[in-house]
Amino acid sequence: MVQNLLSIENLSISFGRGDKARRVVEDLSFSIAPGECVAVVGESGSGKSVTAFSVLGLTGFNGGRIETGAINFTRRNGQVVDLAKADEKTLRAIRGDEIAMVFQEPMTALNPVFTVGEQISEVLRQHRGMDRQAADAKALELITRVRITDPARRFKQYPHELSGGMRQRVVIAMALACSPRLLIADEPTTALDVTIQAQVLDLMRELSREDGMALLFITHDMGVVAEMADRVVVMRKGVRVEEQAVGPLFAAPNHVYTRRLLDAVPRLGAMAGSTGPAPFGTDPAACQGKQPSSEALLEVKNLSTWFPIHKGVLKRHVGDVRAVDDVSFTIGRGETLSLVGESGSGKSTTGRSILRLANPHAGQVLLEGRDVLKLDQQAMRAVRRDMQIVFQDPYAALDPRLDAFEQIVEPLVIHNIDKGSALRDRAIELVRRVGLEDEHLERYPHEFSGGQRQRLCIARAISLSPKLIIADESVSALDVSIQAQVVNLLMELQQELGLSYLFISHDMGVVERISHRVAVMQHGKIVEIGSRAQIFEAPGQDYTRQLIAAVPVADPSRRVAPKLPAFA
Amino acid sequence: MTEISVPIGSAISTARKGKPNLLVTLWSRAHLVMRINLVLFVLVLLVAACAQWIAPFGPDAQSLLSRLKPPVGFDGAKVGNWLGTDQLGRDLLSRSLYGLQLTMAIALIGSLISLVLGTTLGVIAGYARGWVGGVVMAIVDIQLAIPFTLIALVVIAVFGNSLPVLIITIGLAGWEVYARLVRAQVLAVSRMPFVEASVAAGSCHMRILFKHILPNIVSPIIVVWTMTFSTLILAESSLSFLGLGVQPPTATLGSMVGLGRDYLASSPWISLVPAIAIMLISLQVLLIGDWLRDALDVRLK
Repeated sequence: MVQNLLSIENLSISFGRGDKARRVVEDLSFSIAPGECVAVVGESGSGKSVTAFSVLGLTGFNGGRIETGAINFTRRNGQVVDLAKADEKTLRAIRGDEIAMVFQEPMTALNPVFTVGEQISEVLRQHRGMDRQAADAKALELITRVRITDPARRFKQYPHELSGGMRQRVVIAMALACSPRLLIADEPTTALDVTIQAQVLDLMRELSREDGMALLFITHDMGVVAEMADRVVVMRKGVRVEEQAVGPLFAAPNHVYTRRLLDAVPRLGAMAGSTGPAPFGTDPAACQGKQPSSEALLEVKNLSTWFPIHKGVLKRHVGDVRAVDDVSFTIGRGETLSLVGESGSGKSTTGRSILRLANPHAGQVLLEGRDVLKLDQQAMRAVRRDMQIVFQDPYAALDPRLDAFEQIVEPLVIHNIDKGSALRDRAIELVRRVGLEDEHLERYPHEFSGGQRQRLCIARAISLSPKLIIADESVSALDVSIQAQVVNLLMELQQELGLSYLFISHDMGVVERISHRVAVMQHGKIVEIGSRAQIFEAPGQDYTRQLIAAVPVADPSRRVAPKLPAFA
Repeated sequence: MTEISVPIGSAISTARKGKPNLLVTLWSRAHLVMRINLVLFVLVLLVAACAQWIAPFGPDAQSLLSRLKPPVGFDGAKVGNWLGTDQLGRDLLSRSLYGLQLTMAIALIGSLISLVLGTTLGVIAGYARGWVGGVVMAIVDIQLAIPFTLIALVVIAVFGNSLPVLIITIGLAGWEVYARLVRAQVLAVSRMPFVEASVAAGSCHMRILFKHILPNIVSPIIVVWTMTFSTLILAESSLSFLGLGVQPPTATLGSMVGLGRDYLASSPWISLVPAIAIMLISLQVLLIGDWLRDALDVRLK
């Protein structure tokens, strides 16, 4: 038997001291063989990231403490070290050299004041003792290896000049600099677009094969697991609930929790043949909701929103960023139109322009025949009752200084609709409607989880009984299982209240579930619009096909051989 | 608020009804040392307000026979002059009490003027942006470039030397710090999605400002206020030193420290008594600021 590269035995980690001590990892054991990819899966708070940090000996960094257990790592020279007890000097020698890490957010993992080339070559100079010239040459070679085009130019650029996907490639190049034996990747693609995510995953898999490098992959996304892992450890609340090879796990999960996680994953194509949206966990064919009426609620005609670019001391107007460029579509009553595209395609600006949170400079937005772009402030305020928005980040979308009651009823207070006890009754009705409880009204945003916060945002949005809700990436920041619940809630509300949605998202899996019709945006223009079946089953544009192909397939048996990504 | 009976969730109505009084909440969030400090601070304010009735002597009453007497407990102290006397035989306790009154009035009102002025302009600059914000920030930069003493000299030369003028001058000295801070904070907060959500719900500007933006930027304002408070006390004394502040023989804590300068070696208490008073008050204000910042933050329990 091959000796394990890393074996974690009975690891327990706590945060805090005394009465406030909290176990975040409890009696965890698993191992990684050389060259193997092990995925640790779980929702936020399951202790998966803490486990990853403990392998690097960074537990103390955010106030944690290893209580018991061992983390045995086999070094290059064959010596086995217990990383849980190793001294700082040993750890420093191992970090970056034998074990490297890739973080979730590539922008914060890179130092903004150095060029990416300098940052990679610094790693080499530190660990390998190379001189400047040799290190630079090797760094350039690494940048080429992570398939960044035009490496010589990129070498001299600063992190802010690169796109998100390229930054993550640079971070991977840094991690690979010393040919580590183990690469820890903590949600490395969560912050990236689907198309970029597919490229980065391919790259990591390929590189680990080339180098025989083991991967410890931390993620909450079962789709990504199916694409990457050889073996899967499922964690929940700090405890390992299941460990299996990836094939059997997807085919026959042993634990209910794993089953639930798998059910929550949107599977592209699951909706083929049905016309309307269908909640997660139901059979699309059996789901016959109310059909949307053909009468248009919202008509957007030739909407354009440009942001001017000014240069120089005199703020000379030198051009425009055409965030939204001549966009037209309609949404019927009770209909969900999804707006999909990569970040920067102008989807959010479109939504914000409709609400006049951004200033469109041309076009019409007709809500029940009235052009909202022409209304004065007074009339606009009245119209706002009919259109509400639910944002992406539920942490930023609630005022930290107001309790849940005040958040929810704010729109009612603004429009002077209810007072006193009527207001309270309405608030209670609303929280119950979105699946929260009465006593939640007393709490402040920081006391809620991400999913609960998003429910509050939805309660606030429906408090005025609007006709249209713009959901701007409303479920993108949530864990997959929570995401399914919130999407289901949105669909239920649509059935009950006859709401129309403009559902802005980059996640094709969710879009397939929720939409009646889909519009695909690229570079500020709608490149394709049609019914869900049309877009998903017979896409007319290459770009649409790319978007669909990039979605990770939650089925390890359908894993395709890595295609060399052409990265522009 | 009257009692309301709600069929559902009556527990909530009772709990919510007592949207508990702000002062009660604040007090409940103070630990023992802070409570003692608060009581002492109120006491200081009371003593300052009642100086006329508490002080054993008049502030300017000289008694040349008992010059330079040390505080009680030292050799040669005179019973009755508890904190000793200065070079003109004036009772330091009485002068300190009167000085405290004037100093507190100047520092409190002065700092409030700069707080209100700076915050208002900062909010305008941050919220309106555009050219209005540009103009406000230009004024701030100009003010920062001109030395405070120069402004004070001009103001007092034009308007004469009186207590209100002094207080306003001191108030004008510190506003630009608030304006800068508040503008940056407003810029950051007003781009938060919760503000946009409120706009999308139809809020007017006033509601957004007072309900969402201001409550979220209170903490840094309080911190700056407590940090500038002691500076203001000293600013007053430096103005007095230039002959621009309160004129002798009227006592303020700052001017008393200055007057004792020549006697530091032989009779240090003349300076030490008011200096210690300044130090203790500054410390109290700093502690209160710390507590207020935490107590007003709903995220900390």
